[in-house]
Amino acid sequence: MTTTIKAAAPPIEIGTRHPARRALRAIAKHRIAATFVVLAVFPWLMPYQSLAINILIYGLYAVGFNLLFGYTGLLSFGHAAFLGVGAYTAGILIAQHGTAWWLAIPLAIVAGCVVALAMGLLAIRTRGIYFAMVTLALSQCVYFLIYQLPASGGENGLRGVNVSEVSLLGLKLDLLNPMQKYYFVFAFVMVAMAVLSRILASPFGGAIEAVRENEARARACGFDVERTKLLSFVLSAGFCALAGALNAIHLSSVPIETLHYATSGMVVMLCLLGGMGTYFGPFVGAALLLLIQDTASAWTEHWQLYVGIVFIFFVLFFPKGVWGTLLERLNHDR
Amino acid sequence: MDGITPQLLALQVFTGLALGAIYVLLAVGLSLIFGMLTVVNFAHGAFFMLGAYVGVFAAEQTGSFWAALVLAPLAVAAVGMVCERWLIRPLYGRGIDYPLLLTFGLAYIMVEGVRIGFGKSGLPFDTPELLQGSVSLGFADFPTYRLFVIAVVAALLLGLWLLIERTSFGLIVRAGARDPVIVRVLGIDVSRVWLLVFGMGTGIAALAGVLSAPLQGVSPEMGTSVLTVAFVVTVVGGMGSLMGAVVAGLLVGVVESLAVLFFPEAAKVSMFVLMAGVLLVRPQGLFGRAGLMA
Amino acid sequence: MHPRCHVPPRRLMLAFTTVALVSAAGLAQAQSAPIKIGLPIPLTGPYGAEAKDQAKNAELAVKEFNDAGGLAGRRAELLVRDDKLNPGEAATRTLELLEKDGANFIVGGLSAATQLSINNVTRQRKVIYVSISQSDAINEAADASPYTFHEALNPHMTTQALGHFVFKKGMRIAFLTADYAYGQEMTRGFTRVAKEVGAEVVGEVKHPLGHQDYSTFLPRLQAMKPDVLVFNNFGRDNQVAIKQAADFGMKKSMRFMTPILTYTARVSGGPSVYDGVIGGTQYFWGIQDGTASAKTFNASFRALNDGRYPSDYGAMAYSAVKSLLLAVKAAGSTDTEKVATSLRTLKYDTYKGTQYYRGCDQQSVQSVMVIESKAKDVKDPADVFRVIHVEPASEKLLRSCQELGFK
Repeated sequence: MTTTIKAAAPPIEIGTRHPARRALRAIAKHRIAATFVVLAVFPWLMPYQSLAINILIYGLYAVGFNLLFGYTGLLSFGHAAFLGVGAYTAGILIAQHGTAWWLAIPLAIVAGCVVALAMGLLAIRTRGIYFAMVTLALSQCVYFLIYQLPASGGENGLRGVNVSEVSLLGLKLDLLNPMQKYYFVFAFVMVAMAVLSRILASPFGGAIEAVRENEARARACGFDVERTKLLSFVLSAGFCALAGALNAIHLSSVPIETLHYATSGMVVMLCLLGGMGTYFGPFVGAALLLLIQDTASAWTEHWQLYVGIVFIFFVLFFPKGVWGTLLERLNHDR
Repeated sequence: MDGITPQLLALQVFTGLALGAIYVLLAVGLSLIFGMLTVVNFAHGAFFMLGAYVGVFAAEQTGSFWAALVLAPLAVAAVGMVCERWLIRPLYGRGIDYPLLLTFGLAYIMVEGVRIGFGKSGLPFDTPELLQGSVSLGFADFPTYRLFVIAVVAALLLGLWLLIERTSFGLIVRAGARDPVIVRVLGIDVSRVWLLVFGMGTGIAALAGVLSAPLQGVSPEMGTSVLTVAFVVTVVGGMGSLMGAVVAGLLVGVVESLAVLFFPEAAKVSMFVLMAGVLLVRPQGLFGRAGLMA
Repeated sequence: MHPRCHVPPRRLMLAFTTVALVSAAGLAQAQSAPIKIGLPIPLTGPYGAEAKDQAKNAELAVKEFNDAGGLAGRRAELLVRDDKLNPGEAATRTLELLEKDGANFIVGGLSAATQLSINNVTRQRKVIYVSISQSDAINEAADASPYTFHEALNPHMTTQALGHFVFKKGMRIAFLTADYAYGQEMTRGFTRVAKEVGAEVVGEVKHPLGHQDYSTFLPRLQAMKPDVLVFNNFGRDNQVAIKQAADFGMKKSMRFMTPILTYTARVSGGPSVYDGVIGGTQYFWGIQDGTASAKTFNASFRALNDGRYPSDYGAMAYSAVKSLLLAVKAAGSTDTEKVATSLRTLKYDTYKGTQYYRGCDQQSVQSVMVIESKAKDVKDPADVFRVIHVEPASEKLLRSCQELGFK
């Protein structure tokens, strides 16, 4: 078994008078609460709630991907497979088998993890850009398999994922009301973020970052690098599958494009834009990209031009992603 | 499945070679850029598309397909070099993710730019008169133009091989692919070499675009679908290996053609299955060097 | 303790009047709140040109409604949104239109997948949706709803009209089918007609959607020696396949046929590629000499659009919005139930003859045109087709209600 290490010692508390840095330290200590507050207020800041829900869902998708890419250092081009497996599992269960939402969603997460285990066992032996390509290839196989499945609706997508009302412990939510739908999704996202925080703070969290920094050294320290990578892969898939299931319920349908490699590419972009290896960065990336796309496509049909320009701007001047660069600037002790 | 004669099989293989020829061109460009600059060029498909459009435009302006065949790659190579100098070079040293992301954004801009300049629906382009019709291969008739494509690609590969194996420039390219730091230490202006290599890579992609134009017309989206194939071929062959790009390109073309014959629904996924298979057996690709870009 | 504010009587009068005026205006505002029609269409992507034309045509329909006085003074307003040909995006746009913009009705969707995802959103919320996408799926019982109407042709109708006109007893028919719902629906429809007429289906070759190089499929088709080769694919696939088949010299030995021959595809594909190709469509402006409503429609569109003729896709959008607004006027309100009932009983002639929505699947029963592409004798660059035959509107062109799953 791997040697256990104590969780990394907390940083030495250097007293600082700079208000932004003090605020940042406080936020970092209570990141779950801070995320809760920001995301709870979020829908009121957006032009319409469905956009806010999209940002939440894609943010969660990016969070899952970030666990593998930002924290463990493995670039995968196949994460759309997990988003899709989660969406289709929940979708087919709800639309065609009448499964209740509180059962369909956990089953979707399990399905995502199972597929990730299978893919991971095959892919983990490759490294670097080849790992990215193998994951791309395997996810395309998943795309093909699901496309051929009659239950999925193929090109037409899966329709009928109609969950219009949820009731739990006496609390009733009308999912046709956009604000209530937001908080429904929000609840799941917060649970996921809490779980993520625990994972990152645990010894495993230290292990994955060690693997990212220097694989050979981590191996020399006694970590089982392959197992660590595989576990990170599976956990990351779980988060993405949850995002997929929530998306199926949000749109009441699952488009086949969910499994397309463009969706895999999108999450890489979201993560890079927001800030890899940061806790909140993926949401910033999702918000940024979706907002820009939304506003640009409302103004002009040539919105892709502006998205491209903004991309390039951020890549050239915000090397660690928007949130990452922000954190870095604020943390920099001069 | 009925009626699959040896002639049909042979014809299908030949068609696969023609298909593969275009793939080879794209993979060669991508592999050059990756091998020398360690840049994953996500805009490669966009350069392919741009080459096709510039080719159509040049052919209309000059009235000659042959002129377009020469001018378009040169023009696009120039565009490529400008991009390398001003957009990609600032990102060196930051890791491979950033040029990747930048070229992704660049592709968006190029595609939309073409849409604005040339319209959204695509343009027709007819095969030049000289190359129309078909040639008898003994077992079947085969379109003349596709034979022309195979010939052009073969000639280009020969030229490229001569350049890389027999010139001092080629020596630097090979050395730089193996160890860029040492090359710099030896006093060679690597950035100039990078500029030229990027130009070459994108120019070759543009040539592939011009050659494709008579086969399928041109449309702004033609680059995105071809980009995946280009990556698959490059990876199967081994990143940074030109021999690998050639072998893999032809292999993918033939496999896809045969899959279409025997498993039509799976034709699209056949190259991914091939890629997964190759990588699981040889994680660095057929001709790739282990440890490169790991 | 605050001193009591002493408001002079004149100021009080002023305040009163202002409040009265504002609330009266508010009331008038409520009465003249615009009738909002959401139009999610793929403005970006490969069908951007078609979508733009649809927006222009829909605007014409709205303008005609408003110029005629609207609904007792209430004007209609068109809210165009880009769904990027992506079903997930289409669903998001529809949610935006319903939640943020307060749209009363939705018209739109170009691809089959987008119309289905839009439909899923609208029928959950009991909002009327008039689809302008050519696909059979929305007619089936699983996706139908009392509020879903289908203005566009469905592939089955096209195959029946075209097949009955072209297929003769003893003819050899081969299919090149795009392996997805649309292609399969077309092949199924044509096969049925072939059987009825006594023509022989000699083979089918399937290709993946979005395929660029048909050189691998064409030799097999050639080997089947058909009299008619039917290209059951759409858009770029259709253009590329026909072009490459022509390059292979196949036009010399067989007739090329395709179920949907669109105006934009023909213009961008070019005359030589489509020369001699016969196909179907739901509208071509050239029928105006025989149809009064087409003449009026063409003239009105040309007046607003620099003399351009409306395209087939565009005309669909025009008819959908116009018939919807006619129903609104007939119902005298924008209430969903009233308008839906009105639509079900409406008989309308917006641009090509009488149409009405059939009962079980609410499909618009309409005429189908058989057209052939012109290469020569083109007086006008827009004069790209010859209308060979107009199949009149009839329920016989549709699949039966039982077949679609309705009881």
